[in-house]
Amino acid sequence: MAEPVEITANVGTPDLQAEPMLINIGPSHPATHATLRFRATLDGETILDLVPEFGYLHRGFEKESEAATWTQVVPYTDRLNYVSPLMNNVGYAMAVEKLCGIEITERCKYVRVIISELSRIIDHMVCVGTNMVDLGALTNFWYFWKPREEVYFLIEELCGQRLTTSYTRIGGAMADLPEGWTDRVLAVCRGVIPECIADVNALLTKNRIFIERTMGVGPISAKDAVSLGFTGPCLRAAGVPLDLRKDEPYLVYDRFDFDVCIGEAGDTCDRYLVRMEEMRQSLRIIEQAVAQLPGGPINIDDPRFILPGKPQVYENIEALMNHFKFIMEGVKVPAGEVYSATEAANGELGFYIVSRGGGGPYKIKVRPPCFPLFQGIPHLVKGQMIADLIATLGSVNIIAGELDR
Amino acid sequence: MSIVLERLRERFPAEVVSTHSDFGDDTALVRRERIVEILAFLRDDPELRFDFAMDLTGVDYLGEEPRFEVVYHLYSLEKKRRVRIKARLPEDDPVIDTAVPVWPGIDWYEREAWDMYGIVFRGHPNLKRILMYEAFEGHPLRKDYPKAKRQPTIGPEE
Repeated sequence: MAEPVEITANVGTPDLQAEPMLINIGPSHPATHATLRFRATLDGETILDLVPEFGYLHRGFEKESEAATWTQVVPYTDRLNYVSPLMNNVGYAMAVEKLCGIEITERCKYVRVIISELSRIIDHMVCVGTNMVDLGALTNFWYFWKPREEVYFLIEELCGQRLTTSYTRIGGAMADLPEGWTDRVLAVCRGVIPECIADVNALLTKNRIFIERTMGVGPISAKDAVSLGFTGPCLRAAGVPLDLRKDEPYLVYDRFDFDVCIGEAGDTCDRYLVRMEEMRQSLRIIEQAVAQLPGGPINIDDPRFILPGKPQVYENIEALMNHFKFIMEGVKVPAGEVYSATEAANGELGFYIVSRGGGGPYKIKVRPPCFPLFQGIPHLVKGQMIADLIATLGSVNIIAGELDR
Repeated sequence: MSIVLERLRERFPAEVVSTHSDFGDDTALVRRERIVEILAFLRDDPELRFDFAMDLTGVDYLGEEPRFEVVYHLYSLEKKRRVRIKARLPEDDPVIDTAVPVWPGIDWYEREAWDMYGIVFRGHPNLKRILMYEAFEGHPLRKDYPKAKRQPTIGPEE
C-alpha cells in the first residue's frame, strides 16, 4: 500500500468545559459572496471542525456541453469564473485548438495575452477588494472599483458585453480589436490602474490593523498546499513558484519579461501581497504585448474552422451552405482526448476534452482552480477564530460559478 | 516513448494495457487492480515525482465494454511533466481503490466522480454526493441519464 501523505492538522481542543457549538454559515450569507455553506463546530470562537458544502450554483455545464456544438460551449465558459470570463474563453479555445492541431495567428496570440492579463488584474481587484470589505476596510473596494470599471469599458468595446464575453472562437476570435483599442488599454494601464494599486497599497500594506488582522491567519505550508492540489496565488503565497506562464509557456508568454512572485507563510497577508504584485506584473506584460503586437489577420485562414465572411454568405450559395452547416452541425474536430491547462487568475484552469469526431464534444471536464482551494479551507482555518474564517475565505477567492459548474 | 511511460511499463509490465502520446499528452491505460500502487510509484519515483493530482474524472463510454473510465491527470512540479492515467471499469462493478492516501487533495474529485458517474472508490473516507443533494436519484453525467429530466429540488439532509 501507498504511504499516506501526512497533513499536519491544526485541530483545536476545547478550552472551556462546555459542549462544542454547531453553527451554520451560508448558503446565503454576506461574507460567503457566493452560495457556499459551512457547518462549523465551535468552542467559544475557536473552530474545531469545518465542513464546506457547495453545489447550490450547479447548472450542469458538462452535461449541457455534451449536447452543444464546439462553438456553442464558448458562452457556457463565460459563466465559469464570471469575474474573469475572458480567461475561460481563452482556456477553452486553446484546448479545442490543441485537439484540432491549429496554430493560431501571431496577432491572436498577443490579443489573447492582453485580454488574459486584463482579466487577471480585475479578478485580483475583486478578490482583494471584497476580502477587505469583509474585514471592514470598505474604501479599498471603491478604490479598485474605478479601474475595474475602466477595464470593463474596454471589454465592452472589444466584444459588446461586459460580463458574458464569449470572445474567442476555435481558431481565432469573434472580431479583431476595435480601432485605437490598444491605445486606450495603455492609457488605462498607465494612467488609472497603477495609481489605484498605489492607493490601496498605501492604505493597507503597512497598516498595523491590516497586518494584525491578516498575518498568520489561514496559513498553509508548501508541502501541504502541494498535496492538497493548490495552484495559483494561494500556492505561490505558500512559497511554491509554480506559474504555468513560466513553467509551460503557452501563447507567447515566453517572450515577455515578468517575475513570478511568491510568499512565505501562505497566510492571508501573503496571498494579498502576491495578488498585489501579480497585478503589477500583469501591467508589465500588457505593456510589452501591446508594444510587440503584430498586424495581420486575427483568425486562421482555414475554411474548416472559420465562418465564411458575411458578404460571401449573402452572395453565394456555397458560403451560405457552409455557414448553415457550421452553425447547425458545428466545426468538425478529430477524435481524441486532450488536457490543456492555462494559468487563470485563481490557478490552473484545465480542460479535459474527449472528442469522438463530429460537431460537438463527447465529454468536457473542467478543472476549476477553486475546487481544491475550497477543499483546503478546513485545513487553513481549523484551530483559528471564526472571524479568521471570513478573512481566509475572502483571500482564497472562491468563485461559485466555476466551483459548481 | 516518453520516459514516464517507459518507466511505468518497466515497473508494471503486466498492468499497463496500452500507452499513447497523442497531441503531446502522455497517456497510459492501466488495469484497475493495482491502481494505488501505480499512482504511489508515480508520486515517489525519483525520476518522476508526480506530486500534484491535478484532476480526476470519469467518462461514460456507453455501449462499450468495459463502460466506465477513470482518468487521472498528474503533474510533476520538479520535472515539469504531465501524465494521464486511465483505468477501465465494467458497468456491473464500477469500483476502484481510492487514491486519497496518495494525494489528500483527490478526495473531492473522487466524490464528484461518484456523484456524476456512480463510480465507487473503495476505501474513500467520505464517499458522499458533492454537487447534487443526497436525495437525488441517478448519476447525471451518465450518457443514459436524460438531459431534460427533472427531479424535485430539496435541500441537503443533515
